[in-house]
Amino acid sequence: MPETSQLTNPAASRHSTIVRVTHWLTVVAFFALLVTGGEIVISHPRFYWGEVGNVNTTPLFSLPIPASRGTVPTGFATLPDQNGWSRYLHFQSAWALVLTGLVYVIASLLSGHFKRDLIPAQGERSFSALRAVVARYIRRAPPQPADARSYNVAQRIAYLGVIFVLFPLILWTGLAMSPAFTAALPIAASALGGRQSARTIHFFVSWSLLLFVFVHVAMVIHAGFRSRMRAMITGRLAENQPLPQPVLQPVLQPVLRPVPQEEA
Amino acid sequence: MKPISRRKLITTGLAATAGVAGLSVAARLAASHGLIPPDSGGIYGPGETLTYAAQRLLTRHSLAREFPRSMISSAPFANAVSPMNDAFKRHQAAGFADWRLTVGGMVAHPTSFSLADLQSLPVRSQITEVACEEGWSYIAEWIGTPLYEVLNAVGVLPHARYVAYFSIDKDWWESIDMADALHPQTFLTLGMNDGDLPVPFGGPLRLRVPRQLGYKSVKYITHLTVADSLKNLGSTQGSPEADFTYAWYAGI
Repeated sequence: MPETSQLTNPAASRHSTIVRVTHWLTVVAFFALLVTGGEIVISHPRFYWGEVGNVNTTPLFSLPIPASRGTVPTGFATLPDQNGWSRYLHFQSAWALVLTGLVYVIASLLSGHFKRDLIPAQGERSFSALRAVVARYIRRAPPQPADARSYNVAQRIAYLGVIFVLFPLILWTGLAMSPAFTAALPIAASALGGRQSARTIHFFVSWSLLLFVFVHVAMVIHAGFRSRMRAMITGRLAENQPLPQPVLQPVLQPVLRPVPQEEA
Repeated sequence: MKPISRRKLITTGLAATAGVAGLSVAARLAASHGLIPPDSGGIYGPGETLTYAAQRLLTRHSLAREFPRSMISSAPFANAVSPMNDAFKRHQAAGFADWRLTVGGMVAHPTSFSLADLQSLPVRSQITEVACEEGWSYIAEWIGTPLYEVLNAVGVLPHARYVAYFSIDKDWWESIDMADALHPQTFLTLGMNDGDLPVPFGGPLRLRVPRQLGYKSVKYITHLTVADSLKNLGSTQGSPEADFTYAWYAGI
């Protein structure tokens, strides 16, 4: 099996450089988007369905929070307007996220990361396999050593869902709110039921991503915060493990053959 | 730590040099094609430039979505505006009979238009959505003179790059590039939903820019300036909103 043969090399990295760098860039961009998205929401904490909605129409729901605009009837005092920098940072972070995501997806397609690490392994593509993993989590069974080296089926489904469902959906619903983008591609808004539907879906996808982050961090703590953080920062699983050597693509360089180091 | 190999050092150096060279060529190309917004400096400049350049490349000639008459909002929201100044109140008492639109700057024939003059130019209508950066929106029919008709009438000089538009309140103005200024849906709006444009919605004269968010559609327009730079208009960023950290380009 390629994934285990790679990991029998004690110097092999748990996470490739691309995975580690894009992971942390995504963390930074996501939190910037989350905070600024929250700031933008409080300028109008009402949500609608369809194409249009404003304070003169009935909302689908409103959040019981103060607003940063006096025109929104909330019953609370008006908060200061933070939309200017929030919108700038929101879109700048969105670009950072999109470009990071592109690098990650292209590099992962080339390296076989999706096939090797994320698409559920042959024997695990079943409900019973998924149930077994979830049952282990529910029993709070201690993590096995093998868990450190590869993802189980629940992790794989969660990561694939975030990468290929939630992130594309949040990008799409965000662009569907842009009057210039929908001028070029009207179906981006109409397929979702309209601009306000896009905004409402955008809001719920944000919460889905935040929920993922909570579960993800809880699982990291459950599995061993220090070792998992070390693996995502340095690539090493254990403290005494030698520094990871770059694993070249198998096509170019067989993984098990030691990479000759030139003297600098 | 292992020392960095010579090969790695050389390839990294070459890649970095190529990257920097590529970026500077891209920046120069972007500037010559008008893809750099006036607020491209500062910490949010890169994101803003990417947004503006990408939308200008992909949407320069796209038309904002138009809607069927049945989708016109029965309860549009005018938003709050600052209290009207005395000059506006005098015009309002006179039924806006003496309202003028002056057009100057980089034009062959600086002209002052009355509302009747504007109506004598081709008048068109569109059913488009006003989307506020806060999140709310409504759809209305907008009737007016396309801005390009006025610009053609006064003769825009070849080096013009922006049109700045000023409300009767001298602190409320905005500017757009020529792509939006000459866009067929950019209207000097005189009417709304088959009637006169109501004062809360910007009457008697509002510049509607339907491919950008609501804050670019300034109400109570009295003056247009055609310019090749925004530097001499009293703002470094192209509008007071932009000086208050709102993006100059509001296509997103």
